[in-house]
Amino acid sequence: MVLNCRHVWDRISEYIDGSLSPEVRADVEHHLETCEICSAVLDSTRNVIILMADDRVFELPVDFSRRLHARLALAIAEEAPEQPADG
Amino acid sequence: MMMTDSSMGLVAGHPETELIASILAGERDRFHDLIRPYERRIYLTAFSVVKNEAEAEDIVQEAVLRAYRKLASFRGESKFGTWLTAITLNEARLRLRRSKSALTDSLDERTEDGAEVTPAVLTDWREVPLAALERGEIRLLLQEAIASLPETFREVVILRDMEEMNVSETAQALGISISLVKVRLHRARLMLQKILVPKLRAAIKPERRSRWRWPWS
Repeated sequence: MVLNCRHVWDRISEYIDGSLSPEVRADVEHHLETCEICSAVLDSTRNVIILMADDRVFELPVDFSRRLHARLALAIAEEAPEQPADG
Repeated sequence: MMMTDSSMGLVAGHPETELIASILAGERDRFHDLIRPYERRIYLTAFSVVKNEAEAEDIVQEAVLRAYRKLASFRGESKFGTWLTAITLNEARLRLRRSKSALTDSLDERTEDGAEVTPAVLTDWREVPLAALERGEIRLLLQEAIASLPETFREVVILRDMEEMNVSETAQALGISISLVKVRLHRARLMLQKILVPKLRAAIKPERRSRWRWPWS
């Protein structure tokens, strides 16, 4: 099947995740070989995903973990997990 | 349900399963170790809903205490991390509904699952070096772009692309279908591409401006 740009954009996310069927994947790749716009959209989308995955984008608040475990330690000292309602 | 699928659930011999059993048997302090791998994930989960650092931290604390108290009710139908994520999400949504911001936030639900998203088509912008994240302004651009997404999209993209949960874990944590996860993820990624590509291009390596090519030139 010959895909136009819109078809390719609609499949970009699944293309990146490798979850397209082999036939559709081949159609997308065929289009990408000849379409500079779509190959740029693909590259930039993939790049945005790589950037987003970096832990530096959102850092935990300073001492977040220490405060969490301090609060948890108080609860653990005070109470045991609840018994299940039924066995 | 009597499923014995070894890919899910309480698998004997799995370190997490043993940890949970030992906590329920009285080694309560080991709960600290159980949650440690998920701190970042549940923080971002809470943040994806409330978009506020202090509130997200508070939600995480409440969710962790709730998970501790309810640990015996964790049956292993999902991974522990997925269960904890779902608890955090519930806590965050409850909080959001109680706060006034729910009024304004519901407005951004207009961009829903039906609308098409058109990406930015700039053939000269293909990559940004990860080192660019050392710059606070670049991190801020990414944070703002994520914050600007509708909540339902933000949740999916944070769990999938930032916390790298798989599609079925994300669906379980959010209580939605796998196909809806895929649809929302796709739209969220294209929205981020559309918002970020022009901004990042402007912010990074302006000295290369002369080499830019336009698709119509």
